[in-house]
Amino acid sequence: MSSPPGSRSAPGAGREADMAAVPGAQGAPGGPAVLAPAAAGDGTGPDVRLEVIGLEVRLASSAADVVSEVSFSLRSGEVLGLVGESGSGKTTVALALLGHARRGLAITAGQVRLHGVDLLRLGPSQLREARGRTAAYVPQDPAAALNPALRIGTQLREALTAHPGVTPDVPARIAEVLAEARLDAGTDLLRRYPHQLSGGQQQRVALAMAFCCRPSLIVLDEPTTGLDVTTQRHVLDTVRSLCRSYGVTAVYVSHDLAVVAELVSQVAVMYAGRIVELGPTAEVFRSPAHPYTRGLLAAAPSPERAEILVGIDGQPPRPGSRPAGCSFAPRCGYAIEACSAEPPPPVQTGSRLVRCIRAATIRAAARERTPVRPLASARPATLLSVRGLAAHYGPAQVLSGIDLDLAPETCLAVVGESGSGKTTLARCIVGLHAGWAGELTFDGAPMAAGTRRRSREQLRRIQYIFQNPYTSLNPRKTVGQIISQQLGHFTQLSFQQRSARIRQVLADVALDAGFASRYPDQLSGGERQRVALARALVVEPDLLVCDEVTSALDVSVQAVIIELLRRLQADRSLAMIFITHNLALVRSVAQTAVVLRDGRIVESGPVSDVLERPAHRYTARLMRDIPRLTAGAPPESSRSPAGH
Amino acid sequence: MAAQAGSGAARPAVPAGGPGEMAAYRMRRHQWLATLGAAARTRRGTVGLTLSGLVVLTAALGPFVAPYSPTAFVTVDFAPPTARFLLGGDDLGRDVLSRVLNGGWVLLLMAAAATAFGIIVGTTAGVGAAYLRGRSDGLIMRTVDVLLAFPQLVFALLLVSIIGPKLWLIVIAVGMSHAPAVARVLRSATLDVCERDFVKSAELQGLGPTKIMVREILPNLVSPLMVEIGLRLTYSIVVIAGLAFLGFGQQPPAPNWGTMINENEIALTVNPWGVVVPTILIALLTIGTNTFTDAIARVAIGVERPPDEAALIDDIGGREPVRLP
Amino acid sequence: MCSLMSARTSRGPGNDHPIRSLVWRRGLIGVVTLFVVSVVVFAATEVLPGNAAYAILGHSATPARLRALELQLHLNRGLLDQYWTWLSGLLTGRLGNSLANGLPVWTFVKPRLLNSAFLVLVTGVIGSVLGVAMGAVAAVRKDGWFDHVTSVTSLAVTALPEFVVGIGLIILFATLLLHVLPAVSVLPPGTYAWTQPRLLVLPVATLVIVIVPYLFRMTRASMIEALDSDYVEMARLKGVPTRRVIMVHALPNAIAPVIQVIGLNYLYLAGGIVVVETVFNFPGIGQGLVNAVTDRDVPVIQFIVVVLAAFYVIVNIIADVIALAATPRRRTAR
Repeated sequence: MSSPPGSRSAPGAGREADMAAVPGAQGAPGGPAVLAPAAAGDGTGPDVRLEVIGLEVRLASSAADVVSEVSFSLRSGEVLGLVGESGSGKTTVALALLGHARRGLAITAGQVRLHGVDLLRLGPSQLREARGRTAAYVPQDPAAALNPALRIGTQLREALTAHPGVTPDVPARIAEVLAEARLDAGTDLLRRYPHQLSGGQQQRVALAMAFCCRPSLIVLDEPTTGLDVTTQRHVLDTVRSLCRSYGVTAVYVSHDLAVVAELVSQVAVMYAGRIVELGPTAEVFRSPAHPYTRGLLAAAPSPERAEILVGIDGQPPRPGSRPAGCSFAPRCGYAIEACSAEPPPPVQTGSRLVRCIRAATIRAAARERTPVRPLASARPATLLSVRGLAAHYGPAQVLSGIDLDLAPETCLAVVGESGSGKTTLARCIVGLHAGWAGELTFDGAPMAAGTRRRSREQLRRIQYIFQNPYTSLNPRKTVGQIISQQLGHFTQLSFQQRSARIRQVLADVALDAGFASRYPDQLSGGERQRVALARALVVEPDLLVCDEVTSALDVSVQAVIIELLRRLQADRSLAMIFITHNLALVRSVAQTAVVLRDGRIVESGPVSDVLERPAHRYTARLMRDIPRLTAGAPPESSRSPAGH
Repeated sequence: MAAQAGSGAARPAVPAGGPGEMAAYRMRRHQWLATLGAAARTRRGTVGLTLSGLVVLTAALGPFVAPYSPTAFVTVDFAPPTARFLLGGDDLGRDVLSRVLNGGWVLLLMAAAATAFGIIVGTTAGVGAAYLRGRSDGLIMRTVDVLLAFPQLVFALLLVSIIGPKLWLIVIAVGMSHAPAVARVLRSATLDVCERDFVKSAELQGLGPTKIMVREILPNLVSPLMVEIGLRLTYSIVVIAGLAFLGFGQQPPAPNWGTMINENEIALTVNPWGVVVPTILIALLTIGTNTFTDAIARVAIGVERPPDEAALIDDIGGREPVRLP
Repeated sequence: MCSLMSARTSRGPGNDHPIRSLVWRRGLIGVVTLFVVSVVVFAATEVLPGNAAYAILGHSATPARLRALELQLHLNRGLLDQYWTWLSGLLTGRLGNSLANGLPVWTFVKPRLLNSAFLVLVTGVIGSVLGVAMGAVAAVRKDGWFDHVTSVTSLAVTALPEFVVGIGLIILFATLLLHVLPAVSVLPPGTYAWTQPRLLVLPVATLVIVIVPYLFRMTRASMIEALDSDYVEMARLKGVPTRRVIMVHALPNAIAPVIQVIGLNYLYLAGGIVVVETVFNFPGIGQGLVNAVTDRDVPVIQFIVVVLAAFYVIVNIIADVIALAATPRRRTAR
C-alpha cells in the first residue's frame, strides 16, 4: 500500500553508477546490470514493485519547484491513476518515473525504485538500458511521438534491437505484440509511415512499442486524448488486458476522472505539484477527503443524470508563485485560517492519504448535486428551421439531408465525433461556410449562404462562440475594445451607453469591470471564453451557437462555463445550439439533442430520449462506450475489427 | 488600433495596476515601438544599433564636416596620409577623407527607398494573396514564382546596361527584387493569422475584406514585418553597394563608397585607405543592421508567446497545449 | 523557396506520383519563365528608346556603319521577326558574333562558362559540406563554446557584401598583411582555371565565406528543432542509443529545409560570381557579363543572361525534387 512520504533522501541530481548487483537480474551478455523483466502470469504478488519516494522536480532556471514530495508504491500488476488538471505536474511525474526531465527542468531529489533499484541513480548507459526494457512510456500524442520520416516497422524493430537479449526472434515478437494491440499486421502496416495511419492506429502502435520488451512498468500519459469515444474504449480495454496478462505495473496519467475510474485500482490526485489525495479508486470517488477532489467530482459531467455542474473558480498557482500555506486554499470553500499558515502534512487514515487538515469534515460531508430544473415548456414556435441542408468542401460532401428545428429559448445539442460534420453544420448556420445548399429559415425569413449576403440584423441575432479561446480574441486589442467593436458595428449607442453596456455584460459573465482594459494574453482560458461570451451577448442575440466551447478547458473550468451558459440561457431567454463530442455534457446544458454521423442525422429528440432510449445502434454504442465515474468496468466491448 | 473612424470607440480605461502593468499595457499598445526598445536593450541590439548608428551618422553628417570638396584635386595621386589630408589622396589626387565623408548618404538613401518600395509592394501582394485565397492567391503567387525564378542582380545589370545607370532605375530594380521574397514571407505569416478565429469573428460581423485586412490582420503582422524590413534593408545596402562597386551606381566623379573601393583597388599597396575605410564602413553598417534585426527577431518571438498560455501547457517545460479532439 | 508552397499541394487526393507531378509542374513554370526571360532580354536590348545600333556605336556612328550594324543585328526587320530569329538562333546554337571582339559568341563564352561552372561547383561542394557539418555540430552541442563562437561569427559575416569579403581577403592575404596569394588572376582569357589552382583559392574562399553562414544557421536551427521534437524524446525514452537518435531520428527530419538552403546557395552563386569575379579579375561569365554590359555587347549579354536564367530554373527544380523526396509525408499518399 502507500507508504508515508519519506524524507528527501540522497544527494541532488547526480547519477552515480550503481554497481551493486541487482537481485534476480539476468546478466545480459556483456551488458551492465539489468533489471529483471516481468514474470509472466497473473501476478499480484505481495512484493512492492515500484516505490517512489519524495520525488522532486524543479525549474532549472529559478529552482522553483514544479513537483514535490511525491511518494507512492505499487505492487506488481497494480495500476495507479494519476489525476490532475493542467499545471498539476502529472506529466512531469510521469517522465520522471523514467528518469527523464524536459528541457528547463531537473529532477532534484527523490527515488524511483523499480525492483529495488533506484532509476534516478543509474549511470547513463544503465538508464538507457532500463528505458524501454524494464520501464516503458506511452506518449500522449502518438502522431508527434512517431518519427514522420521512419516507417512503422523500423520504429518497432528498434524498440527491440536497442535492447539486445530481450528476445532472439525479433520479427516473431513484433507480430505477437501487434496482435495483442489488435493491429492487423497483414495489411503491410510495417511498411507504412505514421501519417498514413489513423489516430487510433497510431496509439496502438505506441502501445505495441511499449509492450514489446515485456517491461515491468508502463507509464501511460493520457493516451486517449484526442481519440473518439469508441477508439478510446478499445484502447482502454487493450491496456487493461495487456496489464493483466503480463502482470505489468502501470501508472496511468489522465485529466479524465471517468476514464481513470474504470481502469485503475488506486488513484492519486495531484494539484500544484503535490499529491493531495491517494487511495483506492472506488473509495476516493465515493467519499473524497480533499476539497479539490470533491471539486473535480462535482464538476464532472454525468451521462446519466441532468445535474448542475459545480466548477472551481480561479486558477492553479504557477511554479514559483505557490502560496505559503496549502496551495489550494485560495480557491477552497472549506479553507480556514490555519490552511494558509503552512502546507498541510500528508495524513494517512487506513488506505487513504490526504493533505488536508479538515479531511475528516470533508469526507463526511454529503455529496449531492442539484438536478437541473427543466425549463418552462417552450412556445410552440420555431426559431430556426433547416431543411435538406447539404454542405461540401470542394469535392467532398460533408453534410447531407440535414433537417432540424429549433424552438426559441431551448438549447439543442449537436453531438458527433470528429469528422461527423458538426462544426460544418454550425458554420453553415452562422454563415461562415457558404458552400451549402438547402433551406435555412430564421424567424420566418430565409437566410443566405454566406455572411456577406445576410443583413446586419440577421448577423446580429445569431452569434457564435469558437472552440479555441486562445485564437478567438484579437491579441492586439483590449477586452474593452473587442466588445466595443461589436457594439459599434451593430448599434448606434453613445460612448456612455456603450461603456455601461460593457460593464453590464462583463458582470453577467462574472468578470469584474477591470477586465475591460486587459489584453487577452493576460487572461486564462476560462476567462477568455467568458470574454468571447460577453462579446456575443452584448448585442442581445436570439440564438447563440457554441462550437465545442469547453473542449480546450480543464474539467473544473468547463463546469463553470457550462453553468454560466445554462444560467444565461434561462435569464436571457436565449436559444442555443451546443456542439460537442462529449455526450456526458449534453444533459447538463441541453433540452433536445441531435446525433450526427458521417454528415447525417441518425438520432434526434429530447435529451433524455436520445440518451436513455436511443433508436439508432450508433447512439447506443456511443452511450455504452463512454467511460463512467460510478459503477465498475462495463463489459468489454466486442472485439473491434482489427486496425480501427 | 484605438479609435475607429467615426464611431468613437470606448476609450480603454488605464489599468490601475502598478508600473509593471503600465509597462506591459504600453508595450501592447505600441508594439512596434516597444519591440524596438526591448531589442535595443539586449546585447546584440546594442551592438547592432551602435555599429549602424555610427555609420549612419558619418554618412549623414559627413558632408557638413568634410574639410575639402570631394571632387577637388587637392593633392598628389595616392599621396600618403599627412596632417592636412588625414587619409591621403585617392587615384586622382582627391582627398580620401572628404570623399569618404560625402560618399555614404546617397547609398543609404537609395537603400532605404529600395527597401520601402519592396516592402510596400511585397506586403500588399503577400497579405492580399493570403487573405483573398482562390484565384487572386494563385495569380499572385505564380507571378512571384516566376519573378523569383531568375537572378535579380543579373536582371538589374541587364536593365542598367540598356537604360544606363540611372539611380531611380537601380532603386526600382532592387526594390522589385525584394518584393517577391517579402510577398512570400508575409503571405505565410498572414496565413497563420488568418487561421485564427478572431478573423472569422470579424467576418461574422459582415466586414469586407479590406477592412478586415487592415484592422484585424495587419496589426498582428508587426513582428514579421519588422524583421523583414531589417533583413531587406541589409540586403539593399549590399546590392546597391555591390552595383556601385561594379560601376553601376553614381557615376564619377561623384563619391560613393562602392565606387571608391573599385577605383582605389589598384593602389592598395601605396595608399590603402581609399579602399580600407569605405570597406570598413560598409562592413560595419551591414553587420550592424543585421545584428539589430536579429535582436528584433529574438524579442519578437518572446513577445508572441504569451505567459499565460503556459497554464494550458500540460506542465511547465512541456510544449504544446493539449490537442483538441 | 518555391517548394514550400507548391510541394504542399502536390500530394492531393488521387496524386500517385507527387514527384513526377512536381517536376512536371515546375518544369512548365520553368519553360514559361525562360520564355518570359527571353522576351524581356530581347525587349531590353532591342526595343528600347532610341535605335539600338546608335546606342551601341555612340558617337562613332557614321551612316554607313549604322546600316551595317543594323543589318548585322537584323534591326531592319520587324520586331517579331527579329525575336524569332534570335530565339531560333539561340535554340539551335547560332548565336552570332560578339560585338566587342568579333568572335563567335559561343567560342568567346565557352571557356568562361566552364571556368565559372568550376568555381560554382567547387564552392558549392565545399560550402555545403562545411555549413551542414558546422551547423549539425553546433546544434548537438548547443550552448557550448563552439556553438557560441560560430553563431556570433556567422551573424556578423552573413551581412557582409561579397566584394567586401573579397577585398578583405585580398588585404589580408595578398597585399597588406600577408603576401601568400595572388590578388588578381592573370589568367589569359581562354584558359581554364583548374590549370592554375593558386588563382582559385581566394575567389573560392570568398564565395565560401559568403554562403556558409546562412547554411550554418539554417542547419543548426533545423537540427535543434528536430532534437527538441516529441519523436526524439520518444526515441530516448525507448532506450535508443544517442548516436542512433541523432543520425537516424533527428538528421533525416532536419534535412529538408537544409536542402532548400543549399539550393538557394547555388542560386545565389549565379549572381554572386558576377561581383566576385570582378574583384579578382577571374575569367568567368560573371566578369564576361560585366564587360559585355560596359561594352554594350548585345549578343553576349543576351546569351549569358539566358544561360544564368536556365541555371536558376534547373537548380530550383532539382532542389525542390530532392526536398520532396526527403519528406515522406509529402510524397506518399494517405
